[in-house]
Amino acid sequence: MSHAATVHSLWTAAAAEPPVRIPGPHIEYAQLSPTLIVLGAALLGVLAEAFLPRRVRHHAQLLLTVVGLAAAFAAVIALAAGGYAGDKARIAAMGAVAVDGPALFLQGTILLVGLVAAFTFAERRLEPMAHGRPVDSFAAQGAAVPGGEAERKAVAAGMTTTEVFPLVLFAIGGMLVFPAANDLLTLFVALEVFSLPLYVLCALARRQRLLSQESAVKYFLLGAFSSAFLLFGVALLYGYAGTVTYSGIADVVGGTTRTLDPALASTTGNDALLLIGGAMVLVGLLFKVGAVPFHMWTPDVYQGAPTPVTGFMAAATKVAAFGALLRLLYVVLPGMRWDWRPVMWGVAIVTMLVGAVVAVTQTDVKRLLAYSSIAHAGFILAGVIATTPDGVSSVLFYLGAYSFVTLGAFAVVTLVRDAGGEATHLSKWAGLGRRSPLLAAVFAVFLLAFAGIPLTSGFAGKFAVFKAAAQGGAAPLVIVGVLSSAIAAFFYIRVIVLMFFSEPKAEGPTVSVPSPLTSTAIALGVVVTLVLGVAPQYFLDLAGQAGTFVR
Amino acid sequence: MNPANYLYLAALLFTIGAAGVLIRRNAIVIFMCVELMLNACNLAFVTFSRLHGNLDGQIIAFFTMVVAAAEVVIGLAIIVTIFRSRHSASVDDASLLKL
Repeated sequence: MSHAATVHSLWTAAAAEPPVRIPGPHIEYAQLSPTLIVLGAALLGVLAEAFLPRRVRHHAQLLLTVVGLAAAFAAVIALAAGGYAGDKARIAAMGAVAVDGPALFLQGTILLVGLVAAFTFAERRLEPMAHGRPVDSFAAQGAAVPGGEAERKAVAAGMTTTEVFPLVLFAIGGMLVFPAANDLLTLFVALEVFSLPLYVLCALARRQRLLSQESAVKYFLLGAFSSAFLLFGVALLYGYAGTVTYSGIADVVGGTTRTLDPALASTTGNDALLLIGGAMVLVGLLFKVGAVPFHMWTPDVYQGAPTPVTGFMAAATKVAAFGALLRLLYVVLPGMRWDWRPVMWGVAIVTMLVGAVVAVTQTDVKRLLAYSSIAHAGFILAGVIATTPDGVSSVLFYLGAYSFVTLGAFAVVTLVRDAGGEATHLSKWAGLGRRSPLLAAVFAVFLLAFAGIPLTSGFAGKFAVFKAAAQGGAAPLVIVGVLSSAIAAFFYIRVIVLMFFSEPKAEGPTVSVPSPLTSTAIALGVVVTLVLGVAPQYFLDLAGQAGTFVR
Repeated sequence: MNPANYLYLAALLFTIGAAGVLIRRNAIVIFMCVELMLNACNLAFVTFSRLHGNLDGQIIAFFTMVVAAAEVVIGLAIIVTIFRSRHSASVDDASLLKL
């Protein structure tokens, strides 16, 4: 047989074989439905923005947002009722997303938070009418120069930034994936998907636009910086394990993987890559959580951003980021907990103390709440460090309780106003309890919950977290936690005393009467705070049942 | 050539980017340094992909490029907005938000 004939027979033989088929990915749409519904609603929102006339956009967007979030929440409930939070927990979407108890619990929390936050976004009774049209707390046109001709025209034309609703939906979509991400690539993409809309939202305040834009620049530059750290950490972990799936990395960390290729001995299983990579991923997550020493952005961004956005960000970002942190530490890196626990001890102690001590010196309500959120990040970290099932469930409970208190507190801040918009300086809050006792009482309830006074959700959450930490062998952490709670209680009580026991100033701020939207948000915050404080057992049980990660 | 050299280059580029973010004062330059860090990550991904003999790293590099492009859109929009209202892109001038 000639050479040419051999080659020819190769061709014919190749042609006789069936063509190579690349199998399509198998996607479990039903189990991913909460995320898909929210992102679908966001896309519809973009279309609505393009095609609907301006006067109906606000109502249409609000309706779309509320319906989308409620449908997604119903999907989460259906999945949880279908057993996906328990024995049917599984990895979906080709190993990219986990559908398990913690993921569903946190997704439900984020969706409820988003729903309540959407109410505060849509509030249009607080700002004075602009040319006879009601306006919300977002800029008439985000791109217009503050105080310029373009802005004046935009206000005169009655423009409002209804894009905030699709933006917040995209952010919620990313937040839903973030705590459920089951490989490091999904983690990174979800981080960016929820961060990028938040950067834009921060820049869109109607009043004090320079402050708002400045906060957006700071948040963006530092956020991009930290996500670059996270990505390089992902690269190093990929170099370490040869895979980015959580279970694959956990296998290599635990030494239970299949035999290693000797040619790869210099990278696979190289502990330097694991330690540096793990540390860099943690830096990215701790930045989002707002833990010291990665907390610098928190007070500036919280103060400059529009207050409804601040409330949403403070609540939902924290829930999503702690979910991702829990999954990373409990699923990927449990094999090296003797390495990360000392580091996290240090971070938690510094976070609690710095948050509580620096908050004492603050004179602005929004900055005060920002430092309080840093201190709370430290308390939650104490539960994370426990590395026990109780640790997971106590953190879940704390996140649920804390997010509603935060939302409510920032919603109250939007109501106290003077001629320049929101009056956030603490001196202006003096004597507020004499002028409008109801509002001051509601804010006092939130402050007491932040302080962890019994019969509020803050006490139940703190008790659960500290108990888990003590049982997990972190008793010194609990002592520091209780001490910094005491410091924190000082400035919360100081605000309450300021509101109720000092003389109101003559030119003090007035309390605006909100529409039912903000009232609902605040009322829900109070109800959740008191119910979780008085009868926490059902919700603790719920968090306890949801406390098992799938691998 | 030893592929590990590319890893050293990636680490070097990442460090240069990180140092640039901390040292430079112009928001645009800071942003370019962040992009340099992301590209250093890409180089590391591709190198590890070659070392391990699987394609995951190369695919991730594409994801990183798309994410970086989205980040450029958002970032430049924000920086241009603040430049138009202040006539300066220096991060030292953006200091209204202080205690």
